[in-house]
Amino acid sequence: MTRYAGRGFAAINYPIGMNLGGDPAQALVHSTPDGKFMVTLSAIDLGQGMKSVTRQIAAEALGVPMEDVYVDTADSDTGPHDMGSFASRGTHRVGNAVIRASSEARAQMMEAAAEELEVNATDLDTDGQGNIHVKGAPQRKITVAETAIAAQFKQGRTLSGRGIFLIEPSGVDPDTGEMSPVTTYAHAALIVDLTVDDETGEVTVDKINSAYEVGRALNPKLVEQQLIGGAWMGVSHALYETTEPYYPDRAHGPEDFNTYLMPGPGEIVPHDIAVLERPAADAPYGGKGPGEMCANPVLPAVANAVYNAVGVRVDKLPITPEKILRGLQAQGGAKPGPRRPGTQ
Amino acid sequence: MSVEFRKDLFADERRDDLNEIGKPHTRQDIEGHVTGRTAYYDDHLFDGLLHMRCVRSPHHHARVRSVDASAAEALPGVRRVVRPSDVPHNINTLLSLIGFGEDDEQLLSDPIVRYRGEPVLAIIAETEAIARAACAAVRVDWEVLPHVLDPEEAIAPGAPSVNPAYSDNSFTYEPYDHVKLRFGDVTAAFAQADHLIEAEYEMSPIEQAPIETCGAIAAPETADRFVCHTGTQALFFSLGTTAKLLDLPSSRLHFIGGTVGGGFGGKVDSITEPMAVLGAVLTGRPVKFQWDRPEEMQVGAPRGAERWRIKDGVMADGRIIAREFTGFFDAGAYTRLSSYAGHKGTGHLPGPYTIPNVASNVFCVFTNRTPATAMRGFGITGVDFAIECHMDRVAEATGLDPISLRILNSYRDGDMKAHRRVAKNCALVECCQVAADKAGWTLSAQDKAASSLAGSDAQRAAIPETALDEEGRVGARKEGRVASTAPAPGTKRLVAGTHGRTMEAVSVQRPDMEILAERIGHAIPGATSAPAAAAPVAASPVAPSPPARPAAATPTPPAAAQPTPPVPPSAPPSPPKPFDRGVRRPGVSQFLSGSRRR
Repeated sequence: MTRYAGRGFAAINYPIGMNLGGDPAQALVHSTPDGKFMVTLSAIDLGQGMKSVTRQIAAEALGVPMEDVYVDTADSDTGPHDMGSFASRGTHRVGNAVIRASSEARAQMMEAAAEELEVNATDLDTDGQGNIHVKGAPQRKITVAETAIAAQFKQGRTLSGRGIFLIEPSGVDPDTGEMSPVTTYAHAALIVDLTVDDETGEVTVDKINSAYEVGRALNPKLVEQQLIGGAWMGVSHALYETTEPYYPDRAHGPEDFNTYLMPGPGEIVPHDIAVLERPAADAPYGGKGPGEMCANPVLPAVANAVYNAVGVRVDKLPITPEKILRGLQAQGGAKPGPRRPGTQ
Repeated sequence: MSVEFRKDLFADERRDDLNEIGKPHTRQDIEGHVTGRTAYYDDHLFDGLLHMRCVRSPHHHARVRSVDASAAEALPGVRRVVRPSDVPHNINTLLSLIGFGEDDEQLLSDPIVRYRGEPVLAIIAETEAIARAACAAVRVDWEVLPHVLDPEEAIAPGAPSVNPAYSDNSFTYEPYDHVKLRFGDVTAAFAQADHLIEAEYEMSPIEQAPIETCGAIAAPETADRFVCHTGTQALFFSLGTTAKLLDLPSSRLHFIGGTVGGGFGGKVDSITEPMAVLGAVLTGRPVKFQWDRPEEMQVGAPRGAERWRIKDGVMADGRIIAREFTGFFDAGAYTRLSSYAGHKGTGHLPGPYTIPNVASNVFCVFTNRTPATAMRGFGITGVDFAIECHMDRVAEATGLDPISLRILNSYRDGDMKAHRRVAKNCALVECCQVAADKAGWTLSAQDKAASSLAGSDAQRAAIPETALDEEGRVGARKEGRVASTAPAPGTKRLVAGTHGRTMEAVSVQRPDMEILAERIGHAIPGATSAPAAAAPVAASPVAPSPPARPAAATPTPPAAAQPTPPVPPSAPPSPPKPFDRGVRRPGVSQFLSGSRRR
C-alpha cells in the first residue's frame, strides 16, 4: 500500500441572482415611536443569515445603530412579496430593496429632524450612534428617538419606507443564446492537497487554500461561515454524495445518513481562506452572495488533485474508492503526475 | 483554518469606513438557534393535529388500473382518504407563476405514474403510525409500462414517452428541443487549432440533505382562511402554487415561515404546502404533511444529474480558440425547475474565460426518475466540474502550468462574453494569484503582473461573425431527422457585432428611495441622486480615503502588495445579564403557548 500526494487547482465565477431577472423583492421599513426600526420582509432565513445581513443593511442605510433595527420576515399577511431564498438572490435583491425602503424612511426621518432643529434636511447627517446633527456642527443635534417621538405625536408624520428591487425580465435568443443572465458575478480560485491510498482507493483531503471574491463582505463572520461550510459541501459532493450511486441505474439508492455518505466533523479540511472585495455596482454596498458559489470550485479541484496523485481521471462524480480502484486497475497502478509548485 | 481579508486589493473601488456594513456582528437569531429554542414550522402545535402520508408508486413507469382503499378506510383512526379527484386543479408546473413551461405535474397522479415514488393517494389519520399502516393497506393494481432512465436514450427515436406535455422527452425552448449558444464559428476554429481536446463528464443526483425535512402544517383559521406553517424557501411561490392547485383565492391563505432548518434548494418545489392545506380543507382540522428521511432522500427532488461533453480547440501557446459543449440536464419525470437550469447553464458558458468561438447545445431531458430541482450552485456546479477538469486536461496537453493556463485565458474587464454581454467587475485573475500565493504555488512574473482590469482589447471586446444553424427543431429528433446532439456546423452567418439590449435593474419608484451616492461606499454608474442631495455629485462616488486604508491609487498586483491583517475577531458574545430574557428559557417568552417547549 502506498499513499500518493496530489495537488489540484480550479477557478470559477458565479452568477448572482435569478437568471434572466424578473424576480422582484420588496421590503417595508417603519419606525416605532421610540425610534427603533422594523424591517418587514418575506425572505427566508435558511441559516445563511438573511435576517442578520438585511438588519445590517437597513441600519447602514438608515444611519442608525444595528441594535435599533429588527427584521421580521415571512408572514404573508404582513410581509411584502419576495420570490424566495434561492439563486444567490437574497443579499442582492432583498438587500437592495431594504436599501431603498430604508433610504425613503431616512429621508422622512431627516425631514422630521430638520423641522425640530429648524434647519434644512440637506444640512443634516446621522452619526450612526442614534443621533442626527447639523453637518459641521455636531453639537446641534437631536436623537433619532426624539425625532421619532416628534414625528409621531407632534408632526403627524411617518418615518417609513417602501422598497422594491427588480432586474427587468428578459429572454434568450433561440438561435444565438444571447441573453442578460445576471448583472453580477462572484469569483473563486482554490487549491486542494490530498492523498490517495492505492490499496483502498480512499482519498484524504489534507488542505485547502482558497481565494473568494465576494464584492463586499457585508458581515465578515457570515461570509466566513459560508466559505467554510461551502468547502465542506464541496468535498462531500466530490468524494461522497449521491442518491444514485450507479446512475443512470437507480439501484442502491440510499435512504438515510447511514448509507448516504458525507464527511464527518473529523474530516473537515483545514482551510486557509482569502476574501477579496471588488464591489459590484448594482449590489447592496457592493456585496455579492457568497453562499452558493463557494462549494463549486472544490469538486474539480479535488478531481484534478486525484489525477495529479495517481493519474486516474475520475470524470463521473462522486469520486468513490471504487472508481479510483477501477481506474488504477485499468492503468496498471498509480501513475503520479508532475509535482505541483509548493507541494509540501 | 484562517480567514484573511485582502483589503489591499481593489481598495480604490471601495470605502471601508461604513458604520455597520463590514462588521462581524453576531446574527440576530443565533441565541435561539444555539440553545435550541428557535421555533421552526414543526414547533407549532395544534390540538387535534392530523397526519397525512402518501401511497407511492414502486415502479418507474406504470398505469394505475384500480385502487382498493377499503382496508385502509376501515382502520380505526383513519379520517380521510385523499384521491387525485379531490385536488380541485390537479395539474401545475412550478414556473407557471412566471409564465415559463407547460403544466405537467399532478399533486396526486392519475392514472399514470412516471417515477418510482410518485404519489397516487394520500391518507389522513389521527397519528402518523396509523397513516403509515393505512398506506400499507392500500392495494393498487399496477400495469407496468416501459421506462427510460438514461437522458440520451430518452431523446433517441423510439424511446418511451415520459412526460406527455413534452412529446420529445425534452423541454421545449421554442422553436428548438434544446438551448443553443452560438458565438463565432467553432468548426472553422477547430481546423486552425494545434490541439483538439475532448472529454465527457457526469454528475450523479445529489440530495440537499437539510437537517429539517420538507414539510408543512395547515389549519383552518378564522374568517374562512387557512394558516400554513412551512419550511419553504420561497413563501410566495408556495402560496401561489397552493392557491392554483386548490383553486383557492390567495387571500384565503396565510403562510408563515422564514426560519428554516436548511434548504440548499430542496425547499422550493412547494409540494408539502398544497398537500397540508388540502388536508385541512378536506377535514376541517389541522393537518401535517412532512417527509421522513427516506422520502427526503429518494422522493424529494435532488440536484439533478448532468452530463457534459466538451471539445476544445487550443493553440500551442495555451490560448483556447474554440470550445464546444453538449450538455444534458436530467430533469427526471417532470420539469420543476430544470428548464431554468438549461438557460442558467448556457449563460454560464464557456466559464470565466474569453474564448472567441463558442457553441453549445444544452438539453433538459425527461427520464423516469425522481424529478430534479434546485440545489446550491444550481445549473452551474456540474458545468464548473466539467470545465475545470477540462482546463486541467488542456494544461496537460499544452504543457502549461494549470494556474498559468487559467490566467492566460481568463476574462478581463471589457471582454465580450459568449452570451453577448460585456464582462465587468471581473476578479478571476486576482483570485488565481492570491490562492497560488497562499499555497506557495509559484507563478511566473508575467502571471503575477496580470490583472482583471487590464488585457482587454478591441478584438476581445468584439462580437464575431457567427455561424448559425436550425438543427433540432421540436419534433425532428424523435422522427430521426437529427443525427447528433452536438452543435451542428453553421448553415448561415450572422454579421459581427449583432446584439440586443443589456437588462439592468429597474430604477427607483420615487427619487427618495434612491440611496445617496455618498452613502453607498462604492461607485454606482449612472446613479441619480435625489434632487435635494444633488450637491455631492455621483460622478466621484469614492470618498476621500479614510486614514486606515492603505493608499492605492492604481490597482496593485497582489504579489507586490502586502495583505492587511485579518479583521480582528469580534469579542465573543457576552452571556446575557440575569433576568434579561427570562431565566429558565433564555430567548423565549415566558408566555409561550402554541409552540413546542423544549
